[in-house]
Amino acid sequence: MTPTGPDMLLSLRGLSKSFGTFKANDAVDLDIRPGEIHALLGENGAGKSTFVKMLYGALQPDAGEIAWRGTPVAIPSPAHARQLGIGMVFQHFSLFEALTVAENVAVALPGDIPLRKIASDLEQVSRAYGLPLRANARVYDLSVGQRQRIEIVRCLLQEPDLVIMDEPTSVLTPQECEDLFGVLRKLASEGKAILYISHKLEEVRALCERATILRHGKVVGSCIPRDETAGSIARMMVGADIHEVRHARAEIDRSAPLLSVNGLSLPPRDTFATALKRISFDLYPGEIAGIAGIAGNGQSELFDVLSGEETVARADTVSLLGEPVGTRDIAARRAMGAVFISEERLGHATVPTLALSENVFLTRHSVNPGLRRGQLLDRAAARRELDRITETMDVRKSAPDPAAQSLSGGNLQKFIVGREVLDAPKVIVVNQPTWGVDAGSAASIRQTLIDLAAGGAAVLVISQDLDELFEIADTLAAIAEGHLSPFVPASQTDRNAIGLKMSGVAGEEHRAS
Amino acid sequence: MELALAVLVTIVTAATPLLLAATGELVVERSGVLNLGVEGMMVMGAVGGFLAAYLSGNPFLGMLAGVLFGMGMALLFGFLSLTLATNQYATGLALTIIGLGLASLIGEPFVGRAGIRPPHLDIPGLSDIPFVGPLLFGRDPFFYISLALVAGVVWFLFYTKPGLTLRAVGDNHQSAHALGIKVLRYRYLAVLFGGACAGLAGAQLSLVYTPQWSENMTAGRGWIALALVVFASWRPMRVLVGAYLFGAVSIGQLHAQALGIPIPSQALTALPYAATIVVLVIISQNRRLTMINTPASLGKSFVPDR
Repeated sequence: MTPTGPDMLLSLRGLSKSFGTFKANDAVDLDIRPGEIHALLGENGAGKSTFVKMLYGALQPDAGEIAWRGTPVAIPSPAHARQLGIGMVFQHFSLFEALTVAENVAVALPGDIPLRKIASDLEQVSRAYGLPLRANARVYDLSVGQRQRIEIVRCLLQEPDLVIMDEPTSVLTPQECEDLFGVLRKLASEGKAILYISHKLEEVRALCERATILRHGKVVGSCIPRDETAGSIARMMVGADIHEVRHARAEIDRSAPLLSVNGLSLPPRDTFATALKRISFDLYPGEIAGIAGIAGNGQSELFDVLSGEETVARADTVSLLGEPVGTRDIAARRAMGAVFISEERLGHATVPTLALSENVFLTRHSVNPGLRRGQLLDRAAARRELDRITETMDVRKSAPDPAAQSLSGGNLQKFIVGREVLDAPKVIVVNQPTWGVDAGSAASIRQTLIDLAAGGAAVLVISQDLDELFEIADTLAAIAEGHLSPFVPASQTDRNAIGLKMSGVAGEEHRAS
Repeated sequence: MELALAVLVTIVTAATPLLLAATGELVVERSGVLNLGVEGMMVMGAVGGFLAAYLSGNPFLGMLAGVLFGMGMALLFGFLSLTLATNQYATGLALTIIGLGLASLIGEPFVGRAGIRPPHLDIPGLSDIPFVGPLLFGRDPFFYISLALVAGVVWFLFYTKPGLTLRAVGDNHQSAHALGIKVLRYRYLAVLFGGACAGLAGAQLSLVYTPQWSENMTAGRGWIALALVVFASWRPMRVLVGAYLFGAVSIGQLHAQALGIPIPSQALTALPYAATIVVLVIISQNRRLTMINTPASLGKSFVPDR
């Protein structure tokens, strides 16, 4: 143990918290110096959120000591934490949509400060840190990035000495991330400490001076991120090597496509949707095709047409295994050996409040006769199926058959992928396979997709993550404003070229030609 | 002139209980709680108010008793829907049923007895102004309380920190909790306030509107008050306008019948509800306005995590 001198801003010793028999935090030690950006790393479910809630007074530790500037303290409530000088920027924003920016700030500040003074203070602070905000705007009208600015400015107005940021970049565009890092570095240079929670390793390496790594509720190590590689940090987080995905696969047989799209055009279904414009492509056995694109450029519309959630007028617009299926529904397409993994894990791919075994029925009961007894559901069979999924995909869950919503993002996604792929599908269409998924789970999901292609299946991956696409895809295209660029071999293109197509520049040329 | 004055006075008298109860419920709903038991709290206020005034001979004790009876019912609602986190809709409906039954039981021996009216508060000088004087300045205490209440609620909700916090709680109780706001405390206080207002509205019925006790004397006014809150899209000043509008409709209906105007009375009685539906349709056309004025966590139970 390191001595806790007065030079430490915050020292924690043996912090523990259990929920029932589950030890969310087990004797966690941590020291934070003034003016440092300290990363708290860990996979989903490693205990980061519990730890942070204890620091912020939202949860009470079962055991352990907290010392603030060398003095032992208790933090019974968030108000108390703020009083000490601990500010928090939440991952899931704690904003009020119906209120104005100034009102949102006023609610969180102690005492009764006139709204007008708060408005001028917040505009001043927001300008000083390059986080422009209008005090009278309604939060409802603001973008995600602007909302985060409110959270940050609200936190800064309380003049904290320690700012806790819980996965602040998970909802930001790359440009917004850069802006945020600028703000954080400025804060650190003013002597404020930042506890930065993330599982994005490159980000942590660029930003943080020290890192503490949590796994299964325990501190498993600390490091100086700049001196490590993303791989070596990931190893500490996961507790094992994250395998580089292995590309061992057969030649792609280009004689007969498994999935064909032929002249697909679709008007937007509502004012927020994107029209699809003359999309055509073929997907062959053993091929992984990647579609890159910024969210909202027609990915969900394309996915819905491919899956049959949205049927089209001409049957030969979409063909599976050479058979026109454009007018058939999703169950008919599943019966032909296709599976579809949608972007939204909770609410689309699973029913959040239903048990996992019940969620097995959701997509499999019409295609897997083993899940039925006559026309009745065979619950025991579904539980066996769940066990099979759990084992193959290494799904970590708190109970034998918990509700879908109780799983962490990564584990739920592993369950969903496992549910779809265990019966050796011929065509796999997946939208954002690893969005918001921890590194370990993401690697195993990508490996699963590669193994499926190696086994002769055709895989279509729609993703915003270029690193992911270049890691696993054989051919790449980009979708921009409902227009799909031609597929090119991944080895013959690079991030810049794809990036240009994503912004629609190359698409314009294509349409002009 | 005489007739017009008489009609206007009855409209004011009919509007006052609606205004009292709806203003209370508005505060409750702004905190994110939907209490469908307004009718039940109101009828308990009516019987409590009548009894206290009748037994003590003091109408002001009657007003106090109305408030306390309403708060008692609200406390029951709060314990069930806030502490035990029961379904707010079901609990509110149950509260109305209990209130109607219990009030009938308590009031049974007193049916038909003459009640005690509170004195009109004449303001020397102002009350003597022709027409306006008797209409606005020679009225019972309930009238003044109802207007002061609206002004007070506007001030509280939009010009004070606790009012802002209350609106925040109603907009997103999870966010409020994360910021360390005591969500349930705010909601309890709002529910009790709503109960006090509904109880006072009930007392107005049994002390001023028809100074006696009869079974089910609220006659659906609690439901009109609930509709009014939606009609007003959760803005207090619109509740004021709406209460007088609905009051005028209910009185106009009586006069229309007396004059033999061939409109079925049922159609006129249904008018406030029809108007509420129309308003709901209109405000739901504009998603932004709906978002800004509707308490987003309305009717949702809040259970703080460990």
